[in-house]
Amino acid sequence: MKRALIWLPLGLFGVLFAVVAAGLMRPADTAIHSTLVDKPLPSFRLGPMVPGKPGLASSDFASGKPRLLNVFASWCIPCIAEAPQLMALKARGVPIDAIAIHDKGPAIAAFLRRNGDPYGAIGDDSRSRVQMALGSSGVPETFLIDGHGRIVRQYIGDIRADQVDQIVRDWAAAR
Amino acid sequence: MSLLLALLLSAATPSVDYGNTQLPDARAEAQARALMGELRCVVCQGQSIADSDADMAADMRALVRQRIARGESPEAIRNWLIERYGDYVSYDPPLSGATALLWATPVLLLAVGAWIARSSFRKRR
Repeated sequence: MKRALIWLPLGLFGVLFAVVAAGLMRPADTAIHSTLVDKPLPSFRLGPMVPGKPGLASSDFASGKPRLLNVFASWCIPCIAEAPQLMALKARGVPIDAIAIHDKGPAIAAFLRRNGDPYGAIGDDSRSRVQMALGSSGVPETFLIDGHGRIVRQYIGDIRADQVDQIVRDWAAAR
Repeated sequence: MSLLLALLLSAATPSVDYGNTQLPDARAEAQARALMGELRCVVCQGQSIADSDADMAADMRALVRQRIARGESPEAIRNWLIERYGDYVSYDPPLSGATALLWATPVLLLAVGAWIARSSFRKRR
């Protein structure tokens, strides 16, 4: 038995090596995920951002139909990348509302003119308070909210073209 | 909880940007500073919100200062953030199943080291 024990340090090293190698080979996920998935949307009320488009309140998400809540800003480059995907989602019947972080009306209006406007309402979240209340840690992020105001899923980062089908499926399943 | 948030959002927006301005009350500012040093910036995750230059960190500092000024305890503010971002947002994570190993490892390593060195503790004749 004592003779077998001599292999113990090598064995422990092997375990450590396996743990480190597995960690190195897995792509790093440094995103902080919101802990509010499957919980009710926190209550909030935000004023409008651009003329002609209403502001956003949490009560808008209790209408009985699931909606997407997109967190974006005019200064956010990946938001430009995901704009075509949001327009595609809107074209397929998915309603999208937004909150704009740290931003000003004219900048948002210019962004919408350049990149298209898929939003039903845009709330003015200039101090990121609602973003923090949602557990969102950056832009862009999108939340799928079911018709009863419960957060079903969080999509971190810009929506890629290959995610559009999955999001439409998630939205249909949330009804 | 939602009432608190409604109150927060309905309060008159101060013209002071508490992300980068200290509270007038020195004791409250010290309390806020202590908490800020223990909260992780969710954008630059290697820094506390006291150190980070990210806009989000400034917003989190403003949140901490305004809540401290309203009389909330630092623990309540920390818990509000943990409820939304998870344990990772606090540099002082609560003891739980996931963090038990984090807290126990120093003690365990000390015990293992002491066991390995046990013969050194016996008196030599």
